[in-house]
Amino acid sequence: MATSLPTISLSHLDELWFQVSGTLCNLTCNHCFISCSPTNKNFGFLSLATIQASLEQSVKLGVKGYYFTGGEPFLNPEMTAILITTLKYGPATVLTNATVLKQEWIDALVAASRSSRYSLEFRVSIDGFDPATNDPIRGAGTFVRALAGVQQLVKAGFLPIITATRTWPIADDRTVLANFITTLKEAGYDRPRIKLLPALKIGAEAQRSSGYTDAQRVTSEMLDGLDNSQFVCEHARIVTDRGVHVCPILIEEPDSLLGTDLQQATQADYAITHGACLTCYQYGAICSNPSLGLTSGDA
Amino acid sequence: MTTQIALFGGVYSNYLALDAAITDACSRGISDLYCLGDLGAFGPFPDRIFPLLQRHNVQCIQGNYDDSIGNDLDNCQCGYTDERDNYYANISYQYTQQHTSADNKVFLRQLPRTRIIQVEQTQILLCHGSPRKLNEFLWESTSPDHFLEPFFSQHTVDVIAVTHTGIKWQRQLPSGLFVNVGVLGRPENDGTTNVWYTILEVSGSKTAVEFVPIEYDYQQLAQDMQNEQLPREFIDTINTGWWTTCLEVLPQKERTIGKH
Repeated sequence: MATSLPTISLSHLDELWFQVSGTLCNLTCNHCFISCSPTNKNFGFLSLATIQASLEQSVKLGVKGYYFTGGEPFLNPEMTAILITTLKYGPATVLTNATVLKQEWIDALVAASRSSRYSLEFRVSIDGFDPATNDPIRGAGTFVRALAGVQQLVKAGFLPIITATRTWPIADDRTVLANFITTLKEAGYDRPRIKLLPALKIGAEAQRSSGYTDAQRVTSEMLDGLDNSQFVCEHARIVTDRGVHVCPILIEEPDSLLGTDLQQATQADYAITHGACLTCYQYGAICSNPSLGLTSGDA
Repeated sequence: MTTQIALFGGVYSNYLALDAAITDACSRGISDLYCLGDLGAFGPFPDRIFPLLQRHNVQCIQGNYDDSIGNDLDNCQCGYTDERDNYYANISYQYTQQHTSADNKVFLRQLPRTRIIQVEQTQILLCHGSPRKLNEFLWESTSPDHFLEPFFSQHTVDVIAVTHTGIKWQRQLPSGLFVNVGVLGRPENDGTTNVWYTILEVSGSKTAVEFVPIEYDYQQLAQDMQNEQLPREFIDTINTGWWTTCLEVLPQKERTIGKH
């Protein structure tokens, strides 16, 4: 007997994401779920004009917030202008490794943030609380550079959300969190916000650890009685230079491209048949603000 | 003709602040009193709220806490995602669950989720988190105009009033007036010990908002909380006006204003 595929409908487009720097990144992290690097140009930059068009379209769709990811967003030369423009429409969050930030950009964003009624959030990826734990994942010297970026942001008045992907046993979460807090406070960030993310076993991470087995999938039965809002695809879409995709995690999957138009991409249901969908099912809304910490299921 | 109504946000078992707010509203000649849910939580002696509400005919809708306590659910459905926030939320929830009488749980269980009232020629939607979700946080800095606008036409109302976040704000939009009425349960994370409620003054089809600061005997509340062995962190919030828990849901702008 054929089993129906588990599908998710978009209830409302709360989050509109932009793959603003494509897959270009100044770092080559060995857990990156889309294998971004200085040479990966599979996806290209989004221009301010492209984003402005999507922002205009998003007004009619009632979007609640805007997220910018890559790659490293600040490799896009228009990134500061893009954030300044976005803050005229609603709250903006940028996911950065904080290693390429220029003070003049931060100064401009401080001014834009102060004059906007909406929040500008920085999420800074650091995957260990010291060079010994971070640099094997993100590259030599990246811990010191990222921490300097955090200090720049904090000095400017931002409270960046430090985002760490769990590459340690889950049982070590509390120890790792405590170490992060100590490190950040010693660096002058006296009320650190920290978000832990589960590793997504696709892209580079599939090589580092292991990919998903064929059995590691969401089934229709698992959706019975479930609050589907924990799936990112229930309330989000992402714009890339190829069109509009179902979620920020699956952009390299051919079936993730739902159309070239935002309106069109909000109509389509999506079959959550990928291994990464299981991680979304297990941990819930992993892409969203605010800081996640430990879920009740982990504790 | 002008009509005033009083809107109370989350009470969080702060019976002293509720009493002070009712007294203030009555002293202004306001007889239409509404509470937007979350009667229990955080504070001491949850059953002390109910006689006040009933004596003064405060019309209530259901908050996430009321749904949870009324239906004996496993948790408060507060919407926190951080472990520390959930740790403290659970302490508060266990206490409130154990100290709310069976009769009052029935009262909570039967409360309506939303309510539309007509004041003069103005239709006002009362809800707890948002018009679409009981425990949605609608902060000023993360609620774009175009996100809020459709709610007015969807519900055919002129004013929408919510609570849940703990911080008051208002915005006049082309389609109507949106108000977060604040809460009575704890101070607003601004370093002052007072709490807030909201008066809507309706003249025909026009509505004006007044946010009213309420001074109350916070030292007595702190003493009660200490006697009930509620967490020191909660008592610190009452005494200092700074939030010490449930901070991780705050967006950048609202978090920056606070101390912790």
